[in-house]
Amino acid sequence: MVEVGDWGNFLKFLGAGIAIGLGGLGSGIGMGFSAEDGVKGISIQPGANNEIFKTMLIGQAGTGSASIFALVIAIILVFIGTPSDLNQAFAYLSAGIAIGLGGLGSGYGAGLAGKAACEAAARQPRFNNTFLANMLVGQAVVQTPIIFALVVSLILIFMSFPGGDLITIGALLGAGISIGLGSIGSGIGTGMAAEDAIKGMGKKIEESGNLLKIMLLGQAVAQTPTIFALLVSFILLFIGDKGNDLVRFVAMLSAGIAMGAGAIGPGIGSGSAAQGAAKGVSENPEATPVVMRTMLLGQAVAQSTSTYALVIAFILIFVVK
Amino acid sequence: MDAITGADLVRAAALLGAGIAMGFGAIGPGIGEGMAASKACEGVSRNPEQAGLITRTMLVGQAVSESTGIYSLVIALILIFLFGGK
Repeated sequence: MVEVGDWGNFLKFLGAGIAIGLGGLGSGIGMGFSAEDGVKGISIQPGANNEIFKTMLIGQAGTGSASIFALVIAIILVFIGTPSDLNQAFAYLSAGIAIGLGGLGSGYGAGLAGKAACEAAARQPRFNNTFLANMLVGQAVVQTPIIFALVVSLILIFMSFPGGDLITIGALLGAGISIGLGSIGSGIGTGMAAEDAIKGMGKKIEESGNLLKIMLLGQAVAQTPTIFALLVSFILLFIGDKGNDLVRFVAMLSAGIAMGAGAIGPGIGSGSAAQGAAKGVSENPEATPVVMRTMLLGQAVAQSTSTYALVIAFILIFVVK
Repeated sequence: MDAITGADLVRAAALLGAGIAMGFGAIGPGIGEGMAASKACEGVSRNPEQAGLITRTMLVGQAVSESTGIYSLVIALILIFLFGGK
């Protein structure tokens, strides 16, 4: 006979595996990006090997932080006690899903910033410290989505959701899926924006102020989808509906899937617009105002599908009875 | 716990379908419209005098890319309100 506690441990360990498995995947690829352009840079410009080596290692450290968040959650899940009931067990599983999927995007995106910094350092080794500072600013913004995911994971692990009913389980799983999937797009998108901004600094160091401005503005807009996903996660976490209704269970889960997956495209797309804008500003700095206007208009239109996803998620949570 | 009826199962499937339709349906238009905006930014920087023409082309291209996102929205709304209600 399988007891409730056994199911609880099963789900808890499953969550730990998902957390570090997926969370390590993004960072692993991202750290490889930095190494790729670090090695390329040293082979072209061996005289600058000290600068490039430093940039590569710091870039990889910044990229690795995404997997460290995932590692922390995985370790907590491995060593935390047996969950007392099914709600708690599913909350642990959902915490693993949130941080695991969240690490995919931020790890990949931070790697793009590190890659560009290595390229810039190879081009102009004298200004290596400027590239490093801007890379770290860019990577810090890229980490925002996974920090949202970390917050949701910690709430799922340490808040108590007593009982074992279908609606609460649906809402808890939906909360983890929403912020987990929802942070993939913004993580990759903000990384793409940082990539071309830092690359541009390597070509035109005198435009670094302009490029930093356009990078941060573009990244801020590219965060919007993950903020929608965080909103849906919080609503699902604190809605407090209980019961064993199958239809409401599926509605909560489906709201998480709609918002989470719906945030992937607009996040990558807005980031891609910011990437093009950074490239444009680095090629022709006089056109900065008109490029910025085009970027914001294009990003606003690219956001529209995440708004549809938010509407569908709200209808599933609040209207379906 | 009340027994789950066949009608409940159908409603649940409709709601899950709505979430999957809207969620995954939003990925393509989001990435596609971003690509259009990306190239528009590059084009405007290369040739700022043509900003009006480039922006117009970008918006038309994005509007067409948007269509599949709107299809998903329509299908999700139909699934929820026609088949997901009691």
